[in-house]
Amino acid sequence: MIKALEKLGTEVLDGLEMAGRTCNLLLLTLWQMLQPPYRFYPIVRQMYFIGARSISLIIISGVTIGMVLGLQFYYILARFGSVNLLGQGVALGVIRELGPVMTALMVVGRAGSAITAELGIMRTTSQIDALECMAISPGKFMVGPKVIAGILSVPLLTHIFDFVALFGGYFVGVVMFSVPEGSYMNGMVDAVQWVDVRLGLVKSLIFGLLVTLICCAQGYYMHLTKAGSQGAEGVSFVTTNAVVLSSIAVLFSDFLIGALLP
Amino acid sequence: MTSPTPSLNITGNAIEVRKLTVDYGARRILSNIDLDIPSGKVSVIMGGSGTGKSTLLRCILGLKLPTSGSIHMLGTDITTATTAQLYQLRKQTGVAFQGGALFSSMSVAENIQLALREHTNLDESTIQIMTRIKLDMVDMLHAEHLMPSELSGGMTKRAALARAIIMDPKLLFFDEPSAGLDPSTSAELDELILLLRDSLKMTIVVVTHELESAFKIADQISIMGKGIILATGTPEEIRASADPEVQGLLHRKPRETVVDTEAHLKALVGETS
Repeated sequence: MIKALEKLGTEVLDGLEMAGRTCNLLLLTLWQMLQPPYRFYPIVRQMYFIGARSISLIIISGVTIGMVLGLQFYYILARFGSVNLLGQGVALGVIRELGPVMTALMVVGRAGSAITAELGIMRTTSQIDALECMAISPGKFMVGPKVIAGILSVPLLTHIFDFVALFGGYFVGVVMFSVPEGSYMNGMVDAVQWVDVRLGLVKSLIFGLLVTLICCAQGYYMHLTKAGSQGAEGVSFVTTNAVVLSSIAVLFSDFLIGALLP
Repeated sequence: MTSPTPSLNITGNAIEVRKLTVDYGARRILSNIDLDIPSGKVSVIMGGSGTGKSTLLRCILGLKLPTSGSIHMLGTDITTATTAQLYQLRKQTGVAFQGGALFSSMSVAENIQLALREHTNLDESTIQIMTRIKLDMVDMLHAEHLMPSELSGGMTKRAALARAIIMDPKLLFFDEPSAGLDPSTSAELDELILLLRDSLKMTIVVVTHELESAFKIADQISIMGKGIILATGTPEEIRASADPEVQGLLHRKPRETVVDTEAHLKALVGETS
């Protein structure tokens, strides 16, 4: 029992230490990014990797989730004879909730894991040490462009997701179940207000920061964790950790933002 | 044989290490190390595995903070230096890591040019010319456009060396330059180190466990054993050392032979059961 408590205590302390390091990395990176010289090409390159190369995945998942949402809402609303509310239900569900959350989770799986693996391998092969020794800040060179690209890309991807998900809902409601097009479209336009769009935007900006920051920190600080001395196995361990932690962070912060910005 | 002097002599020594102690948790890795690295010479730090050579190098490079003690590099105490001071100092140093540590997403030329692009405002043609000069010095001109994954072990080390000298550093560090190389490539690398010392007047620090290579290139050798410096001196002084541990390392004596096999086996069984 005491051993179990000891283990739990150690895990909690390790978690707090990592959270502190992650905040430290954010502040350090922000400070270093503000120092000249300013380079925009690395940010554009990371936006291509995190954003542009995720578009096909976002379109496929957006259409699918929009269709599923349209289908489920149609069955539920049909029970109460309110299928004319389908457009409103799909639009609000996607823009306020599913768009930002699902986009962030897709980015975690596609780009976040790759970011952690890249930094973890750079750490184990002394490439990050080499950067330090060349007087090049790894925060500015490696972490900063990824975090900024994440903050810029996730909202853009979220809007693409929202658009195609609304189209998926339209396809199911109007094309498959013959819900009047006018009621679907007008219901959507009437129901969605600026606060809903703003909520989705705020969520996606925060998710973009959280996902890239956590994934960067897991790889960057790999040497300070138990996985540090395990080579390839260690990289795999921190990559899994990064995916799990950033997914939890997305879901938990989704609740917090939803509670603070109703 | 010379022993490190306790007073700081900034002009004669590029690096001065005083009372350096490093602990990893409860384990003491380096204990009260005193070491002087003279300017313009090749200094070799030698020792067996687990003696703390790499930890000492990491401390000197500012990659690991010691538990106590000081390290003066080109007049700056790097244990108390700010990040800005440390980065300023690092612009005057070059490091060739054991595995090369080339950036895998960049070609050989891009790896070499990185420091120039980050720290200078040189135009593109000058950067290209400087890259080709350094590549030519390490006989890698033909590999300019190759990616690190396409290089052999020797080529990787030479590319890492070209990257380390691109800013014409005052101080150059090598971590195990000969490790994993065939004798011929290893000898070529030794010649290159001597060429750099003579032509560019660099202070060179080599961490190695290769005896032949060490005695060929060194102006000063420091022998490490279990977290301490056993001896420091010229190759001749080290050869003449009376220290049994130094002699053991020089003559590659194996660990104490097991005489009583039966008792040894019993002890092993006792330890594991």
